[in-house]
Amino acid sequence: MIRINCPYCGERDHSEFSYGGDATINYPSLDASEKEWTEAIFFRKNIKGFQFETWHHSNGCRMWLVVERSTVTHEIKSVKPCHPNLQKVVENNK
Amino acid sequence: MKTRRLDNYGKINRDKILSFRWDKKNYKGFEGDTLASALLANNIGIVGRSFKYHRPRGIFSSGVEESGALVTIGSKDRRDPNVRATTQELYNGLEASGQNAFPNVNFDLAGINNYLGRFFAAGFYYKTFMGIPPFEWGRGTAIWMFFEKFIRKAAGMGSASELPDPDSYEHAHDFCDLIVVGSGPAGVAAAIEAAEKKLDVILVEQDSLVGGDQLAENNFDNSRIKNQLENLGIKIMTRTTAFGLYDNCVVGLLERVTDHISAPNVNIPRQRFWTIRAKHIIVGAGAIERHIAFNNNDIPGVMTVNASKHYLNRYGVLTGKRIAIATNNDSVYETAQQLSEAGANVTVLDSRTNLEIETNKSFEIRKGYVPYNINGSKKIHSLDVSKSEDINKSETINCDQVLLSGGWSPAVHLLSHRGVRPKWDYSNACFLPSDSKENITMVGSSRGLWNKNDCIASGIAGTTDALNRLGISKTNYFFPKPGGWKNPIQPLYEVKYKKSRSKSFVDYQHDVTTDDVRLAHREGFISVEHLKRYTTLGMANDQGKMGNIIGLSLMAELLNKEIPEVGTTVFRPPYTPVSIGALSGRNVGKHFRPLRVTPMHQWNIDHGAKMIEVGLYQRPWYYPKENETLSDSYIREASTVRKTVGICDITSLGKIAIQGPDSSEFLNRIYSNGFSKLQVGKARYGIMLRDDGIVMDDGTSWRLAENEYFMTTSTGEAAKVMSWLEELLQTRWTNLNVNVTSVSEQWAGVSIAGPKSREVLNNCVDDSLVVTNNNLPFMGVTSTFLKGNIPCRIARISFSGELAFEVYVKSDFANTMMDLLWENAKKYDGCLYGLEALGALRVEKGHVTAAELDGRVTIDDAGLSKMASTKKSYIGSAMRKRGVLKNNDREILVGFFPTNLKETFNAGTIVCEKNNIKGQGIGRITSVTYSPELGHWIGLGFVKGGLDKWKDTNLVGADPVRNKQMNLKVVSPHMIDPNGERMYA
Repeated sequence: MIRINCPYCGERDHSEFSYGGDATINYPSLDASEKEWTEAIFFRKNIKGFQFETWHHSNGCRMWLVVERSTVTHEIKSVKPCHPNLQKVVENNK
Repeated sequence: MKTRRLDNYGKINRDKILSFRWDKKNYKGFEGDTLASALLANNIGIVGRSFKYHRPRGIFSSGVEESGALVTIGSKDRRDPNVRATTQELYNGLEASGQNAFPNVNFDLAGINNYLGRFFAAGFYYKTFMGIPPFEWGRGTAIWMFFEKFIRKAAGMGSASELPDPDSYEHAHDFCDLIVVGSGPAGVAAAIEAAEKKLDVILVEQDSLVGGDQLAENNFDNSRIKNQLENLGIKIMTRTTAFGLYDNCVVGLLERVTDHISAPNVNIPRQRFWTIRAKHIIVGAGAIERHIAFNNNDIPGVMTVNASKHYLNRYGVLTGKRIAIATNNDSVYETAQQLSEAGANVTVLDSRTNLEIETNKSFEIRKGYVPYNINGSKKIHSLDVSKSEDINKSETINCDQVLLSGGWSPAVHLLSHRGVRPKWDYSNACFLPSDSKENITMVGSSRGLWNKNDCIASGIAGTTDALNRLGISKTNYFFPKPGGWKNPIQPLYEVKYKKSRSKSFVDYQHDVTTDDVRLAHREGFISVEHLKRYTTLGMANDQGKMGNIIGLSLMAELLNKEIPEVGTTVFRPPYTPVSIGALSGRNVGKHFRPLRVTPMHQWNIDHGAKMIEVGLYQRPWYYPKENETLSDSYIREASTVRKTVGICDITSLGKIAIQGPDSSEFLNRIYSNGFSKLQVGKARYGIMLRDDGIVMDDGTSWRLAENEYFMTTSTGEAAKVMSWLEELLQTRWTNLNVNVTSVSEQWAGVSIAGPKSREVLNNCVDDSLVVTNNNLPFMGVTSTFLKGNIPCRIARISFSGELAFEVYVKSDFANTMMDLLWENAKKYDGCLYGLEALGALRVEKGHVTAAELDGRVTIDDAGLSKMASTKKSYIGSAMRKRGVLKNNDREILVGFFPTNLKETFNAGTIVCEKNNIKGQGIGRITSVTYSPELGHWIGLGFVKGGLDKWKDTNLVGADPVRNKQMNLKVVSPHMIDPNGERMYA
């Protein structure tokens, strides 16, 4: 029963969101090699503790978020928009 | 045992007599009774038969830990098995019966199992079917298959109704500052303290009354406390069990709304499944009295001491005449005194030799004595006791009841749900809760406090802890130390009996004996988790609430270790059983999942459509005329489309508006084929790949203006594609200036297909020039008006392979559009066609849908290599070239004909080589239809190596599920009009 504090909608139940995946991947350019893409797509760390992951507020404002969540306790340390421009908007409104 | 109702005892309402049925006979009880107290008042001792040995069982407790009195309540569609009689409130007309017995609990034929015990020891399932010694006869699965049905019938307790559940259930949500679980002295003190400090408090009680264990006190005034709580604005939820704690202070609760009412209002749910979110949780769940393992400790008439106190003071039932109480702790003496005052002849056997107890001496105390054997089978005749040190010097006490108290186990279950392991406390011989890092505080006897004042103090301390943790206060507090008895408890879990074939029970409900624990140890199942699974100790309805500690202590003794070294099993939700109905709530039948309909749903039905579910959508399946069957209808519809014209509702396709200066670049990256050169006024079919190079979805995108596109997706993948586009724009390509908006609900769409489609459309548009071949060539797009000034978008797109158009109007105009198109199509002998005909048409053309694009298929597998651009990079372009996806052995899209054209086949058929019909074969058929055009059955599917490899080979279609087999030949998937002459017409 995770609660995610959406920067646009406020604190909401996790049932409004869809889990995305690892938020720390730098996807290679489209013309990058198969090897680089393999690294990006298939290799994942299995982190015990806090990790950055993407969530989609699919039943809300539809913003993609970076959520810093503990895989042990589900504690959430931070939530921010994925898009840098939206991050700036959120920062400026603080 | 002779149980009887006393006149001057109990808080039942004697003015309100309730009649009920037990095992087909009528009895009477009073308002305020539980089924258990009413049965006891009627002197009914045997209420069930045990799980394996079918031994007679009585009522062991007065609460949720009950492991003997599991009964079936109700009948027919309201038959509810394995209900604890001790928590079932009595109501007028209640019907209940004993379980696991034939013909009844008093005389049960399967009682023979009691004498076959050696065959039913722990692990008997596993061992028996390893083969039967001496020759290991019947080794393997065959014998198991034979015996399985008998064992399945014999196993388990009551049986559930097989009829649909007539009751409704509800899901509800709430939130508060503080939720207090348990309304004993500690919980009530915590709630009051919190409410006085202005917290918003919910107090939860599984019983029908607040008070907790105080309900067993003879002078307890329940209503005074209730009023006090209510005056403070505390929300009291009775008949509600907090069955589990979850992340972030979420509590799962089950409220039994009508389980105590004889004729509930049908508009009220039977049970409510609550999710309550609190800022802090205080658990005052109490403690559970344990029994002691010794021979025949399950004979009806055995009960916990505390239970008899509840029956006496709350229900006015004296549970025995000559009562022997066996104990190792101080908690029994108040009860002993009250029972003797109520008229019973009481003897207390205390295992401790040094002890100071003040009593009025109305009963006998025998220090240093322990029980070791009960004489009797259906009722207790006498109890064999001995001096602890010297079991040889035994005596026999005549009695009709044996009350046991082997110590108390704090109910640490809820905290355990949060992964907090309890710690063993030697001085109190029990597990105590550890501190939680989360906002959960344990109070009262669930933290090992045995007297009321300590419990109250702990409640106040618990709330102070909550206030501090919530940052409301910074007040020092302390919890009273665990314990509170004058004389220390002396650990006593088992009294051994030398005679063979004795049965001394650790877990009553699953018939787990001390010998089973020893057997598990001998056979190496020594970890608690293995012990549990091998013996089924603690796996029954009560989840080991009474027996777990005894099992642990036995294993500790066998291993020569201390109990904490052996460990404790982790309790998991639910604390008490939760019905499946409550879990599903209202999500049943039609409400199982949301229903989506297109704006012309009613229009379709009015015009004879039979509907089918596609994902969440209801789509027209076929439009039968008079007596037509499905196949008559779709064959007619498909032929009509090929001959003249047909209209099909395609609104369920996903529709996405893509706008912004970088829209073309965006589409060029997400589709495998080129989009940068698509002209305004043109549409293009496109395929999207996933990152890993597998096909995600296909659809069309229409360029409406320089920076504006209208994308369609498949029905099933619409939501996924939308999220995917948003993800790409918000996480990866954040410098692209593109906006995507789902407009699926805003537009209603139809396909109008067939050689006469242009003529029909021509009659429907305002300006007849817009749909000419010149002005609207194949894949052309236009925004124009239908007659009546209805704005629309038209694209010349074909899924059927015929000359065809997709027409979209705003959803509000859906019916007007349908009327207009249908009126004109009828003039050309056109038809309405549904999904089945649409399927037939597309299979004939070899067009793929979700049946083929199943998440394993590459663009090359689907025979669409031409759709993969070599001039650009796009999502999946690197990975689609990886080795495994380029293997020559991959299954490639092909068409299938039966060799004998009169034969049929089904989707799911496995394609095999002629002399090698086995396993997964060399391919599979994914879609089949009768082809009206070709006059026989055809299929689409995949085969390793594709058409080139198998062109002229006879293959076999194996359909083992339907017990069918046919000869097949592989053909091109483009089974009619391979050059698309009709489409371009």
